[in-house]
Amino acid sequence: MKRKLQNIINKCYSLSAIVALLLIWHIVCTLQLVPEFMLPSPTKVVIAFVNDFPLLMEHLQTSLMEAFLGLLLGVCIGFLVAVLMDRYEGFYKAFYPIIVLTQTIPTVAIAPLLVLWLGYEMTPKVVLIVLVTFFPIAVGVFHGFQSIDQDTIQLLRSMGAKRGQIFWHVKLPSCLGDFFSSLRISVSYAIVGAVIAEWLGGESGLGVYMTRVRKSFAFDKMFAVIFLISFISLLLISIVNILQKVSMPWEREEQKQESVLEK
Amino acid sequence: MAELVTNQITKCFHGKKVIEDISIKVHDKELVCLLGVSGAGKTTLFNVISGLLQPEEGSVYLNGNDITGQAGHISYMLQKDLLMPYKTVLDNVALPFIIKGVPKKIARQKALSYFIQFGLQGTEKKYPNQLSGGMRQRAALLRTYLSSHVKQEDKGGIALLDEPFSALDTITKSGIHRWYLDVMEKIQLSTIFITHDIDEAILLSDRIYLLTGNPGRITDEIVIQQPKPRRKDFPITEEFLFYKKKIIETLGAL
Repeated sequence: MKRKLQNIINKCYSLSAIVALLLIWHIVCTLQLVPEFMLPSPTKVVIAFVNDFPLLMEHLQTSLMEAFLGLLLGVCIGFLVAVLMDRYEGFYKAFYPIIVLTQTIPTVAIAPLLVLWLGYEMTPKVVLIVLVTFFPIAVGVFHGFQSIDQDTIQLLRSMGAKRGQIFWHVKLPSCLGDFFSSLRISVSYAIVGAVIAEWLGGESGLGVYMTRVRKSFAFDKMFAVIFLISFISLLLISIVNILQKVSMPWEREEQKQESVLEK
Repeated sequence: MAELVTNQITKCFHGKKVIEDISIKVHDKELVCLLGVSGAGKTTLFNVISGLLQPEEGSVYLNGNDITGQAGHISYMLQKDLLMPYKTVLDNVALPFIIKGVPKKIARQKALSYFIQFGLQGTEKKYPNQLSGGMRQRAALLRTYLSSHVKQEDKGGIALLDEPFSALDTITKSGIHRWYLDVMEKIQLSTIFITHDIDEAILLSDRIYLLTGNPGRITDEIVIQQPKPRRKDFPITEEFLFYKKKIIETLGAL
């Protein structure tokens, strides 16, 4: 009960800060301190959002599709790379530097190349998302594997466990916490990755919409789509949080215990 | 029936002998203790006996069969309880069955039938981090027991316990000692356990091997004559003090 109340109070803080910011924004606009074409008022943004809603949803569908496909592949590849790095030291030594190197190339620099190589369809977008999402997963899960207590593995070995059993009973459940932390990062990268890839060309998608409204100086629509992207990212992150809670029931039980002790 | 014999085991790390020429024996249903200073290679010896390490010289025999360097024959409880935080207590305890390919449902049933005997009733659906230190130790001990059980197909196996009670505070420890002796009476498991607590060694064991370090060697063997179940006031008897004095003199700590 007390914990819940504390939670609500905490949310009130952040909520009132957001409201205050919106209010300041609105005042700045009504007093015309900034020209309207540069900074549209919040009400204008809301109106633009409502008017363009069906169109936005259409574009969103494309972006989400790309993000989902890219994320799915990225997570699978990232996980596989982590397993291989953990299993074969040679693989780790050979590929880890290259994997880090891929992350030093800015997304905006590689996106035009991908378009050049793979065309204007969905493929270059998905590939770009794979490139940005696999890395957090690979590094996070690999770290999860490496931080497992070797004694636990020895215990399983003394029971006569085979490699596969050790993976299933120890490695997999132990890396879940790290996996979900990485997934939260990858999910938001996936959406941003999709938008950046779409900037460079395509038929539809939030990035395409963004380029169009920017070219027509419709900044109210620009703001509307920015907010939509943020909202979608937040939504996806909370879905990951729920997934984590469902697949790691022991953490919930421990927290329950702690809150009992606090009382 | 379970009987363990080690024959002149020597193990080196980086060319340096850690244990040398260790021959010990555990008879059926016997509780044997390895007592010695830190660094005497007690844990190394356990790793060799359990088959996790291959010795440079010597062999390990279980019921007459050579099992040197083969893991999976002897159950082993390492220094930490190593209960997996992501499995319920029941699933933790049932793990040895599951590793041996017993279907999950049957494994759980089998494990559950020991919960009352080990004083773990009501904890089966909890997670290890919700238990107290003493309860965790009981769960770990039950897992070790079942592990030895699986291996010898109900003939009772050999269990190695590496400082099973060292993580507990003194009061919990004395309670769990008593409980441990009670349980051991009932389950009749042949056990070797490591400790550096002299009182604990005398209180629990039938026989004590004294180890001295660098490299670890067996220097003496002491049989505790006091029959089991042991009288409650055993730790304050002359007999107890006699053993204690003898051990301290041998280990050169006096």
